[in-house]
Amino acid sequence: MADFYYDIDQSGVATITWDCPDRLMNLMSWEGFNELDTFMCQAISDPKVKGIVLASGKDTFTGGMDLKALASMKQNSPSDLDIFNGVMTIHRILRNIELAGGDPKTGKVGKPVAIALNGTTVGIGYEIAISTHRIICADNPKASIGLPEILVGIFPGGGGTTRLARRLGILAAAPFILKGKTPKPKDALNAGLIDEVVPPELLISKAKEWVLNATPEDIIKPWDKKGFKIPGGNPYDRQGFLNFVGASALIAGETQCLYPAAQAAISTIYEGLMLPFDQAIRNEAKWFAKVLVNPSSSAMINTLFVNKKILEKGHRRPKDTPKLNLHNLGVIGAGMMGSGIAQAAAQSGLSVFLVDKDETAIEKGKGKIQSILEKDVERGRMSTEKARTIIEQINFSTDLNGLRDCKFVIEAVFEDPDIKADIFRQLSDIVSDDCLIASNTSTLPIFDLSKSVSRPERFVGIHFFSPVQRMALVEIIKSQQTNDQSVSQAFDLVRKLRKTPIIVNDARFFYANRCIIPYINEGVSMVGEGYHPALIENAARQIGMPLGPLQLIDETSLELAVHIATASREALGDDYLENDADRVVFKLAGIGRSGRKSNAGFYEYDSKGKRLGLWKGIGNLFPPSSEQPSIATVKDRLLLIQVVEAIKTLQEDVLVDVREGDVGAIFGWGFAPWSGGPFSWVDNQGINHVITLCSSLKDQFGKRFEPPALLQEMKLDRRTFY
Amino acid sequence: MEAFIYDSVRTPRGKGKKDGSLHEVTSVWLSAFILNKLLERAEIDHRTIDDLIWGNVTQVGEQGGCLARSAVLYSKLDDSIPGLAINRFCASGLEAVNLAANQIRGNAGTGYIAGGVEMLSRVPMGSDGAALLVDPTIAMNHSIIPQGVSADLMATKYGFSRSDCDQYAVESQRRAEIAWKEKRFDKSVIPVVDDIGATLLEVDEHLRPDTNLAALEGLDPSFQQIGEVMPGFDKVALLKYPELESIHHVHHAGNSSGIVDGAAALLIGSVEFGQINDMTPRARIVTTAKSGSEPTIMLSGPIPASEKALKQASLNINDIDLFEVNEAFSSVPLRFVQHFDLDPEMVNVNGGAIAMGHPLGATGAMILGTLLDELERSDKTLGLATLCVAGGMGVTTIIENL
Repeated sequence: MADFYYDIDQSGVATITWDCPDRLMNLMSWEGFNELDTFMCQAISDPKVKGIVLASGKDTFTGGMDLKALASMKQNSPSDLDIFNGVMTIHRILRNIELAGGDPKTGKVGKPVAIALNGTTVGIGYEIAISTHRIICADNPKASIGLPEILVGIFPGGGGTTRLARRLGILAAAPFILKGKTPKPKDALNAGLIDEVVPPELLISKAKEWVLNATPEDIIKPWDKKGFKIPGGNPYDRQGFLNFVGASALIAGETQCLYPAAQAAISTIYEGLMLPFDQAIRNEAKWFAKVLVNPSSSAMINTLFVNKKILEKGHRRPKDTPKLNLHNLGVIGAGMMGSGIAQAAAQSGLSVFLVDKDETAIEKGKGKIQSILEKDVERGRMSTEKARTIIEQINFSTDLNGLRDCKFVIEAVFEDPDIKADIFRQLSDIVSDDCLIASNTSTLPIFDLSKSVSRPERFVGIHFFSPVQRMALVEIIKSQQTNDQSVSQAFDLVRKLRKTPIIVNDARFFYANRCIIPYINEGVSMVGEGYHPALIENAARQIGMPLGPLQLIDETSLELAVHIATASREALGDDYLENDADRVVFKLAGIGRSGRKSNAGFYEYDSKGKRLGLWKGIGNLFPPSSEQPSIATVKDRLLLIQVVEAIKTLQEDVLVDVREGDVGAIFGWGFAPWSGGPFSWVDNQGINHVITLCSSLKDQFGKRFEPPALLQEMKLDRRTFY
Repeated sequence: MEAFIYDSVRTPRGKGKKDGSLHEVTSVWLSAFILNKLLERAEIDHRTIDDLIWGNVTQVGEQGGCLARSAVLYSKLDDSIPGLAINRFCASGLEAVNLAANQIRGNAGTGYIAGGVEMLSRVPMGSDGAALLVDPTIAMNHSIIPQGVSADLMATKYGFSRSDCDQYAVESQRRAEIAWKEKRFDKSVIPVVDDIGATLLEVDEHLRPDTNLAALEGLDPSFQQIGEVMPGFDKVALLKYPELESIHHVHHAGNSSGIVDGAAALLIGSVEFGQINDMTPRARIVTTAKSGSEPTIMLSGPIPASEKALKQASLNINDIDLFEVNEAFSSVPLRFVQHFDLDPEMVNVNGGAIAMGHPLGATGAMILGTLLDELERSDKTLGLATLCVAGGMGVTTIIENL
């Protein structure tokens, strides 16, 4: 199977077109690289060829390297030396494109090579592009250009780091290499990532025209010219000095030094800028190999990319159920969640009926959606027309009867079982029998709620995360009565909204909230035990949590925590574990410090609601002990409490697939992304180590850290999660 | 074999800017000037001097390429004396003395000239680069932050407020003013006179004796922007000090050491050196020590270095009569006093680098000279000089007034 084909026209331009068969998008594989190289060599050596154009046969250029190939590369090449050698093969191929038969040592000039980017070009695709002499891009507003590698735990290791740093200088290259920004063509041109933006229909002719008119000066890369000076300076120039000191601090602060790829990328740039080009490339390959053998990087690639894609493609969707064919969606409740869901649905082309009990609630919801859309327009993420279309696609109403013709209705009202039950009873009388009713509850068991609908098999939990427009994960909760068709339809809707679904079984708090609540409680409990609040919050940051537990509970409200604790205590009776966290939460909520909502919580806020610092008064209510624990203890407690709970959900069959567990943890509640998720973390740490850690925490802090039975079993069977 | 201090000289400190009074002379000229002045004070047989050990931090440009050898050749020192340039950042001048003393104690020669020079007006700090700060692998693995942020971190961690630091600075200025008025530095300070006989500088030029708390209160903190905003060194500091919620930025130009030019030299020798040259030793070098310390807070090195020195000499902190703790930032001596529970009246009694300035490579030699003069003046016996050092190091010397 050929991924590339070769063509030479009458004017002597060879076009190498990338068009992977049986794929919607080009992805680079080892075979693909060999084909590309063969055609490049052919074009370079053929005297009839005056210039070379690289193009795509798809409507995008490429999605980059086949990360599965990269993951298998790691499996097949266990040592960093093997990986280094593999990467050097890629470098040789790209350097051959760059020199195109020329030789910087003798001054021999090669053949001009231009690349015609018709659409999205990321990862290795951009690394190929930056190896050519001219990057021409079609003015395609859907196209994204750049190097997103850092987002999946690696860094551009196909020469992209070395070449972009030399092309732009560290300051200008940093947002692309270290943050993985992938701008649209016009922004990419302004940033210096590409050389030219042309109308799509002229793309190939412009590229051919360029290679036919290229001068020797155009063909030699700046870094292959004598006297090349790096833009922005070397690390030890005055400016370079400041840039590097600043860049290291920025990355250290933002990543808490948890991401080996970010550190490797900046070190690659630093060391590379002081080396001749070919040595800099070798050095990049060394760092890349080191990162790829790092367990954290493989775990990130697997969870953030490979397994996320597998889940999105429907690996867990019930087989043999018809595809959802939906034109409109009903949403009940125009609060934060309901309006967010309505907006997301409208944005993906559905007509939405948004119902709430009165005009005030409706107006509030409408206002929320409008203000979010306005911000998107302001920031250039959306056109004014698109924003207007979205609003027009939402039908606001106070009449539940308006949902009569809906085939899919999501309930998103206040988290109160009685209110919800009332709505479901009314709704069951209004909609037709084949309508799927879903509840966006975040904690209540679906089976209990389904008692109020007439057809419990057509009832499902569909848990969106807040804020809906930003959070990628949706939990689909299947009660023991929910049928496969309902699950599939919920799955299809979530995909239509371009979100990542995981499918879990029914239990109080489902998966995500079941794990995040103990994390919050653990942090809150430490306050009661006399830990310095700052130590708790910093420890959370140091394990890679986006928010410390105290900040998180301030955001979600202490009142809600009191509400949940009271409800759980009622529901569980004697099984409820009394804890220090309740004592602290009830105390603070009792004096009106309910979090951001009341402008006072564990933190202080100014009159505009801006968070200031930790509230100094905590020390009076819960005096810090003179002996503070080590940061390691605090980190272990905050991490393990989540891991133990995640394993229990698997053990209890709430969670069915560890891939969903890892993807769900990172995208659902921001669990330490560097780890690849709780299950990857356990595998990488080793089960024995985790059991020891849990046992020690259990001895010091209580039964909740007891190693789950599943872990003990796995230890005996010498099994791992993956 | 014991090592003794036979003499000590220093230049006044010039402002480390283009309008500073010493700016017009070169680093090697100022080195040679102070070396010649030391030689003028006694008739020394140059064959009894084994080496010039010369501390200097920014060894690049005119201060690069073994400045010590250039200084030997430029001065009246005999060409048979080789010259060794050393760099232990801010403690280079004291480390030079310690190396010299320990060579003598180890029977490697009888006499040394040790000291240092720094012309911050001519060779700016940092212009020699530093992997310590710039190489991302080191900077990130060890949470390296600029010294000023470290000083603020130290103040936060050990509870020194802005007002504590400002009061310390006002006191440093007050003490330096009294010391100058009472001519307490006269034994060591040599006015700088140029080649045509014009006097360039007679007193420490950085002094601001009129400084008061109200004036200092108006100054903006120097490290708040780089700490809190761009690039955000505070977050890096909290990686190592997670018990803190934030860093209080308390240091500014008025309570940090001044940027100045200057040079200092001491004559170090054995008993035999004194006998040959008919000189009487002024002090015995009791012990010397150096130590590494946590690099993020960076400036706590004087504590372990001094503890080590005391232990080596079987001394207790209470045995020491006078202290010189380099005033890199207010929080450094404040922390030293706090840690050892010292009487502040025994520390930096004639002011320090906040008032008079900190010519990096020379400072260690200067404060040791100041300590010796004050031990003699106040008829005390044991003195301890120590400096904090970039990258997390400390150097200490204990001397005995004879």
